[in-house]
Amino acid sequence: MIQYILRRLFLSIPVLVGILLVTFAMARLIPGDPCRAMLGEKATKAICDRWMREKGLDKPIHIQFGVYIADMARGDFGESLQYGKPATRLLVERLPMTVELSFAALLLSVLVGIPLGIISAVKHNSWVDVLTMMWANMGVSMPVFWLGLMLAYVFSLLLKDTPFWLPPSGRVSPGIPNDPFYEIWGMTVPEAGLGLSLLQFLARLNILNSILTANWKLLKDSITHLILPAMALGTIPMALIARMARSSMLEVLGQDYIRTARAKGLTSRTVILKHAFRNSLLPIVTVIGLSLGSLLGGAVLTETIFGLAGVGRTLYDAITARDYGIVQAFTVVIAFFFVLLNLLVDLSYAYLDPRIRLE
Amino acid sequence: MTQLEIDIPKLDKEGISLKSVSLWQITWRRLFRRKSAIVGMVILGILIFIALTAQWIAPYDPIRSMLDVKGYPVKPVKRSSPCVYVFGCPQDKPQHIMGLDGNNRDEFSRLLYGARLSLMIGLTTVTFAIIVGTVLGALSGYFGGWIDNLIMRTMDVLLAFPSLLLAIAIVTVLGPGLQNALLAIGIVSIPAYARVVRASVLSVREMEYVSATRALGGDTIQILFRRILPNALTPLIVQGTLGIATAILDAAALSFLGLGAQPPTPEWGSMLGGERNQVFTAPHLVFFPGIAIALTVLSFNLLGDGLRDALDPRLAHVS
Repeated sequence: MIQYILRRLFLSIPVLVGILLVTFAMARLIPGDPCRAMLGEKATKAICDRWMREKGLDKPIHIQFGVYIADMARGDFGESLQYGKPATRLLVERLPMTVELSFAALLLSVLVGIPLGIISAVKHNSWVDVLTMMWANMGVSMPVFWLGLMLAYVFSLLLKDTPFWLPPSGRVSPGIPNDPFYEIWGMTVPEAGLGLSLLQFLARLNILNSILTANWKLLKDSITHLILPAMALGTIPMALIARMARSSMLEVLGQDYIRTARAKGLTSRTVILKHAFRNSLLPIVTVIGLSLGSLLGGAVLTETIFGLAGVGRTLYDAITARDYGIVQAFTVVIAFFFVLLNLLVDLSYAYLDPRIRLE
Repeated sequence: MTQLEIDIPKLDKEGISLKSVSLWQITWRRLFRRKSAIVGMVILGILIFIALTAQWIAPYDPIRSMLDVKGYPVKPVKRSSPCVYVFGCPQDKPQHIMGLDGNNRDEFSRLLYGARLSLMIGLTTVTFAIIVGTVLGALSGYFGGWIDNLIMRTMDVLLAFPSLLLAIAIVTVLGPGLQNALLAIGIVSIPAYARVVRASVLSVREMEYVSATRALGGDTIQILFRRILPNALTPLIVQGTLGIATAILDAAALSFLGLGAQPPTPEWGSMLGGERNQVFTAPHLVFFPGIAIALTVLSFNLLGDGLRDALDPRLAHVS
């Protein structure tokens, strides 16, 4: 197993180098002058030259790339030209939002998608099956941004003054106290560095923070704000997972050992959950892994619609504002994250199917 | 015993086939046995009809404001709700099945013209991606070695970015606009086709019939195009049909963000994006373009799934 992990890690090195190269090239290829984009159209040539020199943008491109790699290796992701602070700081501020959103969407899609898939496989060709599959087909075909807007319309306007009302935008309602848990616990907090960043990151995960500080009002508020975006973002993966769970279960349920299990008198529940479901997991895990990519892409759209300051939205803004620092840092982090997730999916294969380990 | 439905050709007394059945005939027959595939084809047929006849069936010009329409009976109201006579809209008001948009244009006419763009977007991006992907995948699979490594690692890097984010980045480099958005979506979909073609090439590269062609003096081009690539055709068709669905969704997303088709082009994503802040006051301007996108994508998804089942060699000759 360890050998397998090491080999997979080794194989992802060229991809990581490629990612660095692509993000660097991309940031430099964005047309337009970063200086005038930051300092305004009226900046004179002398001011711009000095600004470029300060930011190291006047050096030849290969030297810039060398500096970039060296900085990355030290954990320095450069500075945001737009906000005038390190890109890592911005990442600490914005990443928790996207993590919470993607996690909620994934949770929703797995918790609803897998049971639906199993039920429609077990009750093959029943009305439950037909309805689920019709719904799943529509689910994969809906544009995320449309679904988000329609959900906001239904839940925030049509259902106004009912218990089902949900807020159409924002992360938490204004005026609710949201102190980080480390302050409430009276922890001695490091002045700067990785420790502080980590604490701040955790404290910005609103749901986690509200549980740690027993702030139930905040917990309820942040969950109600998360439902609509998570529904919008989670629908496509949910439909994909339901479809895959169904077809994978159908295949397994037709196997001889399932008939044997039934013949020796096991309850239907044991046969379905212990014998069939476990063996149908591999393709389901693949789909879950693949849909993580669509979650990160969809996060740009979902965050735009629901006015959430997450990674996707920030990256989009940075690209339009030619903010090299953020574009580089955020794309690298997202792509690394993505490679890591793919690695985890591969490792889970090896865990679920021992045959793969030995290949 | 019930009669099995089997596609084996009819045999005569000596057991010799009277009529051969081609792969396409079998596929076609199987496709028509699946309800969902038929639904997909019907929706697609309607869309193609609308796209071809938009200029005759659209009641108004898609980019002209009602203010500029000669003989328009009343003063147009911006973003007014749908007015349909059969649903009780007074006859003295002009009929607008899907209402007016923010520039007093007829939403229904814009939607009809949008079908043209969406189908065009899906077809061009996928054609581009299939051509480039096939060339790359064929080179990679056929020659192997460092060529294979170089091409496939590049594809891995492209796949390491979420496709929509990569498309956004490419459009930013190239500049916003429909053409660049199409190119970006084409580029991000190349890896899928390259992988499919490479896998097919690898599976037949060492077969005897390929060696035979080589022994007979066939050149590389001939071997690749005549002997090897036809094997990649069926997976490419399935991947391509499903790929059109994804391409249409991604293009709509880019236009929604203002990076694709620019106003006043009647593109569904950009129509929706332009009016998204009015969703609470004029929901029809968000609802209808979204439904149009969803239906188009749905039709390609259903057709693609149907084709996949119909072309699956494991089900050969048996439905």
